[in-house]
Amino acid sequence: MSHRLAERSVDHVVLERGEVADSWRTKRWPGLRLLTPNWMLGVPGQPAGHTDPDGFMTAPDVAAFVRHYACRTAAPVRAQTAVQSVRRGRRGYEVRTTDGTWHANAVVLATGASSVPVVPACSAALAPSVAQLTAQDYRGPDSVADGGVLVVGASATGVQLAGELRRAGRPVTLAVGEHVRLPRSYRGRDVFWWLDATGVLAERYDEVDDLSRARRLPSPQLVGSSAPIDLAALAAEGVRLVGRLVAVDGGTARFSGSLRNVCALADLKMARFLDRADAWARHAGLDGDLPPPTRPERTPISERPCLALDLHGDGVRTVIWATGFRPDHSWLDLPVFDRSGRLRHDGGVVTDAPGVYALGLPMLRTRASTYIHGAAADTAALADRLLAHLGR
Amino acid sequence: MTTTPTTLGTDRPVDNGVNVTALLGARDALSDAPAAAEFTWKATCTWQHGTHSRSTVDGFTGLGTEHRHTSTYTFDVDHPECFASADNGATPVEFVLVGLAGCLTAGVASVAQHRGIQLRSVTATVEGEMNVLGILGADPDVRNGFNRITARFAIDADASRADLEALLAQSQKRSAVFDVVTNPTDVLVELA
Repeated sequence: MSHRLAERSVDHVVLERGEVADSWRTKRWPGLRLLTPNWMLGVPGQPAGHTDPDGFMTAPDVAAFVRHYACRTAAPVRAQTAVQSVRRGRRGYEVRTTDGTWHANAVVLATGASSVPVVPACSAALAPSVAQLTAQDYRGPDSVADGGVLVVGASATGVQLAGELRRAGRPVTLAVGEHVRLPRSYRGRDVFWWLDATGVLAERYDEVDDLSRARRLPSPQLVGSSAPIDLAALAAEGVRLVGRLVAVDGGTARFSGSLRNVCALADLKMARFLDRADAWARHAGLDGDLPPPTRPERTPISERPCLALDLHGDGVRTVIWATGFRPDHSWLDLPVFDRSGRLRHDGGVVTDAPGVYALGLPMLRTRASTYIHGAAADTAALADRLLAHLGR
Repeated sequence: MTTTPTTLGTDRPVDNGVNVTALLGARDALSDAPAAAEFTWKATCTWQHGTHSRSTVDGFTGLGTEHRHTSTYTFDVDHPECFASADNGATPVEFVLVGLAGCLTAGVASVAQHRGIQLRSVTATVEGEMNVLGILGADPDVRNGFNRITARFAIDADASRADLEALLAQSQKRSAVFDVVTNPTDVLVELA
């Protein structure tokens, strides 16, 4: 966005509570890789690199990438400056920070979608002898106490952690709620090639059937490597699959009886996407050039899925909450939230706060908005709106 | 959103008798009026004799007001002769199966309507497996309730098998009784 504003000669500062790419340096585990391959990582003024187009950046790689971009675009970054509040001022907005107060005609919220881990209320009922971690605390299998691990949540984070811990020799139980299953590659191409080619990533927020559902969609079960990470692969490696964690009482974790159905929903939805991919390939005349269509096996569910687990008796010493994240907009002292506390906005134009814009939220403007490359189009559109707001 | 879908290849509108437009309208209206979305469902049960009881259902609250069913529904509940009872009605656990089957079937019809799938027939066979040593208090390791519930749907409709599987999956996802039987519920039982 800073680059877009500079292009349009808009005087601005970028406030950063730590150093550039703070979250990527301090809030992600080092083994995390982006879900998107390197060939997608073009940003305004800096096309995707060509060194390893099919590779996936680690969290430290992303931090370096962002630092490099900040230098290259000479972004006016004020590091070690945490924003404490944003409220309406005499003109525009008053932005209080740990290093003085700014008055701004426009404010861009670019703190991202994954600031605060969401942890279910039943976590309070866990015995103190069971360690609890969130994905932000996790730093690799060695950072987890010896013994069994219950990973709660089977989206991108949960399946990665479950796989990593299992391969480190841990007994792992994975609690599975609603999830999005996608194959890493299909007919010889990465799944993001298909998502891009078939137009899925370009689907706009004002065109989808159910926007609130699209914005709440869990991240797909993918990991930044060519190894399969779906539930079938995890089960084959010895991860025990159980239903959504619904309660903890007296040392027993209870799981929903809906495991079969959430897996059926995900399997069917994936099959519909692959049907769409095949139809697109036929229409594009690529059928002959690609390997023939296949369908991944249905997710195998054990005959009697576990509904109640005595954590102590089963040797579970750690529960990892991979139950999603939410943005932290608590510093916004503006009437911009709906009754569930979510930011109200129309494609990134924040409602009831003229001149306030949001970036980097799921389905902000398109399905690509979640991913780094989606910022190119979103920032271009919102920079124009911002310019219009400034009356230029 | 499609509100008047038609079957493929014909112009005859799909009609499963479900008013999808009204349901979608209610969803939008209640999202903006959360208090009206709070419902309380109610049954009254009176002991008859032995294990026989009679339950009536005549009203509920919701949309900020009281509602009456168009008539009072009555249900006899009892246990079978092999339990040394008079078998004046279905057992309570069979009512649970009735509830689940009715809820999933209503979901199948609604989702089919919304997706433009004409149903010709739907028959669900629902079975609950139970070891009665639990309710007899004979084995503390055996639970009282079902060990497993199986619902098998025979559906005759203008749709592929994959579409029908998706119909069943979506119906479970939106089912109140499926949620009640698969997830814990806080239950308060007290003297009036």
